[in-house]
Amino acid sequence: MPKVIENVGCPYCGCSCDDVRVTVSDDGKKVLEVENVCAIGTEIFKHGSSDHRIRSPRLRQPDGSMKDITYEEAIEWTAQHLHKAKKPLMYGFGSTNCEGQAAAARTMEAAGGMLDNCATICHGPSFLAIFDNGYPTCTLGEVKNRADVIVYWGSNPAHAHPRHMSRYSIFPRGFFTGKGQKKRTVIVIDPRYTDTANVADYHLQVKQGHDYELFNAFRMVIHGHAADIPDEVAGIKKEQILEVAEIMKNARFGTTFFGMGLTHSDGRNHNIDIAISLTRDLNKVAKWTIMAMRGHYNIAGPGVVWSWTFGFPYCLDLTKKDHAHMNPGETSSVDMAMRDEVDMFINIGTDAGAHFPIPAVKHLKKHPWVTIDPSVCMASEIADLHIPVCICGVDTGGIVYRMDNVPIQFRAVLDPQGLLTDEELLNKIADRLDELNAQEA
Amino acid sequence: MTAKKTLNMITQRAVEEGIAMEIGKTSKEYFDACSIIEMNEQDMKELGIMKNTNVHVTSESGEVIVKAVVGRQTCYPGLCHIRQGVWANQVVPPRTQSTGAPQYSGFPVTVESAPKERLKSALELVQGAVGMWKSE
Repeated sequence: MPKVIENVGCPYCGCSCDDVRVTVSDDGKKVLEVENVCAIGTEIFKHGSSDHRIRSPRLRQPDGSMKDITYEEAIEWTAQHLHKAKKPLMYGFGSTNCEGQAAAARTMEAAGGMLDNCATICHGPSFLAIFDNGYPTCTLGEVKNRADVIVYWGSNPAHAHPRHMSRYSIFPRGFFTGKGQKKRTVIVIDPRYTDTANVADYHLQVKQGHDYELFNAFRMVIHGHAADIPDEVAGIKKEQILEVAEIMKNARFGTTFFGMGLTHSDGRNHNIDIAISLTRDLNKVAKWTIMAMRGHYNIAGPGVVWSWTFGFPYCLDLTKKDHAHMNPGETSSVDMAMRDEVDMFINIGTDAGAHFPIPAVKHLKKHPWVTIDPSVCMASEIADLHIPVCICGVDTGGIVYRMDNVPIQFRAVLDPQGLLTDEELLNKIADRLDELNAQEA
Repeated sequence: MTAKKTLNMITQRAVEEGIAMEIGKTSKEYFDACSIIEMNEQDMKELGIMKNTNVHVTSESGEVIVKAVVGRQTCYPGLCHIRQGVWANQVVPPRTQSTGAPQYSGFPVTVESAPKERLKSALELVQGAVGMWKSE
């Protein structure tokens, strides 16, 4: 009899939907049906039971081909190279559970290396702004139950977080929002007319890279200096700024969701900094919150786990062994790659081969490259060693932190069929490193 | 001589890219989803670019051939978009303004019509960049 598993977590975007229904075959090896999930999540569960999945570590041979090796050999290879490297970098963790992230912290502390997560190229600037200016945020449940004004600034959930609008922000009927979308005002601020802008009440087509000016204009209006702003700011007419500011001021409960449009553009953390300041200003006249649209289902996880382990969420320098240090620009992955500072690279639960600017990939590839990932991806196809592992949420469970930093227990739906989890693999590497360190001492 | 124009490039997510990425980065779906540039029709006219033909994109840090489309999510004149992924990252500048995050959005590129140029696969671009490409 096929088995139906309820309340499964979806390992794709920061929505971390935990209401998925998965039907699996009698032997627990095939996903037969997936419900309550977006088109992208469906593909992840389908991929989990694909016959083409790699199930054995592969080591690159001198002729460029890949040869299957055992997990023991892969662990030995990785531990030996980590032990030898002066400044190895482990980067990724977009698709890893918190247990794996804790094991990675142990491994890189033993190796005396650098530890970084995808936030470094994503919401890292948001962290910097939050350190400087605070984070007046809330949970997605509060948005669903209370919010009557929603702002999406530089984010496009219709594409990047497909169920965000229906599950949390625009459409759901909550405790104080019984009429759902009918009683909510949606404002989208984006240089493109996106599919999210298409469902908004107001679309402000800001000039790309000029968000800071528009934030400033809104702040001036809130502070009572509307008369002093010019006729047009960042491509937006003054009348429209005043109209939208009025809606913001009259919100019963407003939330600003911001995304890569702010963190990837000129200004980086300063764009987030002023977004937080605007939220603070609005709280003098209304109730407002702000939230980062975190990209992966557990990319908030390493920030939490490493903060309680080392005191810093990303860009960790553990080379001193007895204390941690963090300084983005100096200890961030792409900057270190461009300065050719690291002498070994471990890509885990992400694909730096596809998602780093290509000059950074070229630098990293000068040194030993290990990819720990369930899939064949660009990082696995240029790696010296590819170690497949369980997919969190499919072959293994674990704790994940949703974009609003709410921890959720994910569960396994498929039999792992001999694959190790990230946690098991990294702990075995750390055990071997401890032995090598002890021998040296 | 082919017309050239400097445009402002952004690279962001798309649901088609997300689906294709989970199918696999060596899949046809990923190739179709990510090897395109979305432009404003006015810019395409000025540059003599026909819809769905290839163009040559050059930035301060690299170059890539992609297919030009207008796209459902429109850009204003002067703005263009390549979906995040292998093709976009051939031209994304690695400068980070000391934050760790590269300039994925808001960098100048020149775009010119190149209908006879060939689109490269994801593997050819990445393995080619690190000297590992051996042909399909």
